[in-house]
Amino acid sequence: MKKVKVATVWLDGCSGCHMSLLDMDAAVISLSRKIDLVYGPLVDAQEFPEDVDVTLVEGAVSSQDDLNRVQKIRQRTNILISMGDCAVTGNVPAMRNSIPVQKLLQRVYVDGADEKKGVPSERVPALLKQARPLREFVKVDICLPGCPPPSKTIVGVINDLLDGKKPNGNLKVKFG
Amino acid sequence: MKRITIEPVSRIEGHAKISIQLDDQGHVANTEFSVTQVRGFEKFTEGHPFYEMPGITARICGICPVSHLLASAKACDAIMAVRIPPVARKLRELVHFAQIVQSHALSFFYLSAPDFLLGMDSDPASRNVLGVIAGHPELAREGIELRKFGLLIVEGLAQERVHPSWIVPGGVATPLSGATRDRILSELPAAKGIAERTLQFFKGALDRYKEEIEFFGSFPTMYAGLVDVKGNVQLYDGGLRFRSATGEVVEDFVPAEEYSNYIGEASLRESYLKAPFFKPVGYPGGVYRVGPLGRLNAASQCGTPKADAEFKEFHQRFGTVAHSAFLYHYARLIEIVYALEKIEASLDDTRILDTHTRATAGVNALEGVGMIEAPRGTLIHHYKVNEEGAITWANLIVATGHNNLAIGRSVQQVSEHFIDGTKLTEGMLNRVSAVVRAYDPCLSCSTHASGLLAMQIRLLDAGGTVLDELTTD
Repeated sequence: MKKVKVATVWLDGCSGCHMSLLDMDAAVISLSRKIDLVYGPLVDAQEFPEDVDVTLVEGAVSSQDDLNRVQKIRQRTNILISMGDCAVTGNVPAMRNSIPVQKLLQRVYVDGADEKKGVPSERVPALLKQARPLREFVKVDICLPGCPPPSKTIVGVINDLLDGKKPNGNLKVKFG
Repeated sequence: MKRITIEPVSRIEGHAKISIQLDDQGHVANTEFSVTQVRGFEKFTEGHPFYEMPGITARICGICPVSHLLASAKACDAIMAVRIPPVARKLRELVHFAQIVQSHALSFFYLSAPDFLLGMDSDPASRNVLGVIAGHPELAREGIELRKFGLLIVEGLAQERVHPSWIVPGGVATPLSGATRDRILSELPAAKGIAERTLQFFKGALDRYKEEIEFFGSFPTMYAGLVDVKGNVQLYDGGLRFRSATGEVVEDFVPAEEYSNYIGEASLRESYLKAPFFKPVGYPGGVYRVGPLGRLNAASQCGTPKADAEFKEFHQRFGTVAHSAFLYHYARLIEIVYALEKIEASLDDTRILDTHTRATAGVNALEGVGMIEAPRGTLIHHYKVNEEGAITWANLIVATGHNNLAIGRSVQQVSEHFIDGTKLTEGMLNRVSAVVRAYDPCLSCSTHASGLLAMQIRLLDAGGTVLDELTTD
């Protein structure tokens, strides 16, 4: 059987959803026979591949880099999953949304520094005015809410997709 | 001048890029380590009730949420001016040791083992945890089990593995049940076996990494870590010790509320991660390192029998102050042994089942600082509140931040030694990433950064024209 190509992406989030994914523990051993992890924080792939079957995206879209990345990922992915509250609603990264970006950066890098006060300006991407959910920029096929979503829910969806089934609409999700 | 960019650096917990400038002969002239996202917790938490801070700041990091929960709860305890019940302190320590085990296991087995087991120059397409599962199934299984053991304790105490709401200002929400204690104790011997086998394996393999030990961030710096009054490693409490590059204790037992007399922060033009420095020396000379290597260099001993034997052997091999960043891996494995010994000792104490787990109080002080040793090093949460308990100001100094200057210098050293700009290979650049991995930087913590995705390597000339590009199909 041809292995299914799976990618994971970490935008503006805390990696807790990736940890929840890893919380499948030893189930990763049997899963590794069915999938190739072609891109993501756990692997060294250099470029987002052209024809990915399933991509799980953690985190809100918060910088210009994030935005460029999600557009490319959408073009190259068959099924795109918003994994966790930051990707689904903006969640904690969006707590900055009422504050002007310059004010936020000023607080951290000017008022919050003892030396070399100044906002970073070279080789760092510009922040967007607000951190926003993924679906405001690209079409999302499946949403998995939760902070983080339970491991069983994430793995359940992956297994449903591997079996060629439409993921169950009554997924066990949780608030917070 | 040509420039190489490694972006993002892979298999680290966050999003970073490395920029390497080459001179006309292809030698490394200059390097920069940049972290590329920021969330601004210090600003957007203003106005929130202080007791929400543990829950909000846990979301800084999904790998070590327990660290932020603990540092935050300690800052809140100070605002309430309470001494938490004895069992609450014991349970906080227990969950913290468990977190050290899971976080160190993640770093070693999931992120860095592919370099050790499959090789720095191996095929990048399979140089990852799935490649380890395929090529070294037994070791992979043990790594998964060890991480799971740590999380079994977190879940047993706090009902959730990621972002539990069990650690609260004033203590912890619920006591430990006898059944959970017995289950943890029944699985402990297996975890200890894995930790010891892995440490023996790594020590046996050290001879293969002589070049990495010599050139992976191997330079004299100061080190810092929490210790108790006897100089034992402390993870949850204690005072901060700074030890000089030549082994003298420079400052000892600095209490949490005095951190800002010793630690300053500098902004960097090319990174969203600020660079803390040792204030008495100043910036940029006041470089110090924290984390497993920082702790084992700063402390006089661990304070548990097996870990102390390992501590002694470690320093016999590499000196009173061990300076190579490659040795972070070694120190991490010793700390797993230490944490498992501490878990056993806490559970053998019957008072661990006491049921008065929480103190309650309102605002009794307008300022509070919490300081702990997170898996990656010293973590400081500092809050100011108004009479109603709303946050008016917050400062967070996270573990990876302290190492920022040292990581930058390590990238420079590895680049100078391993990179030949006339004949670039992927393996050369993987070594540059691998030295960053050795620090186990949590860039999610440090700036609340975005994901570390693919590694893109391009050689550009001064005008930005692509001269060489490395891609694997």
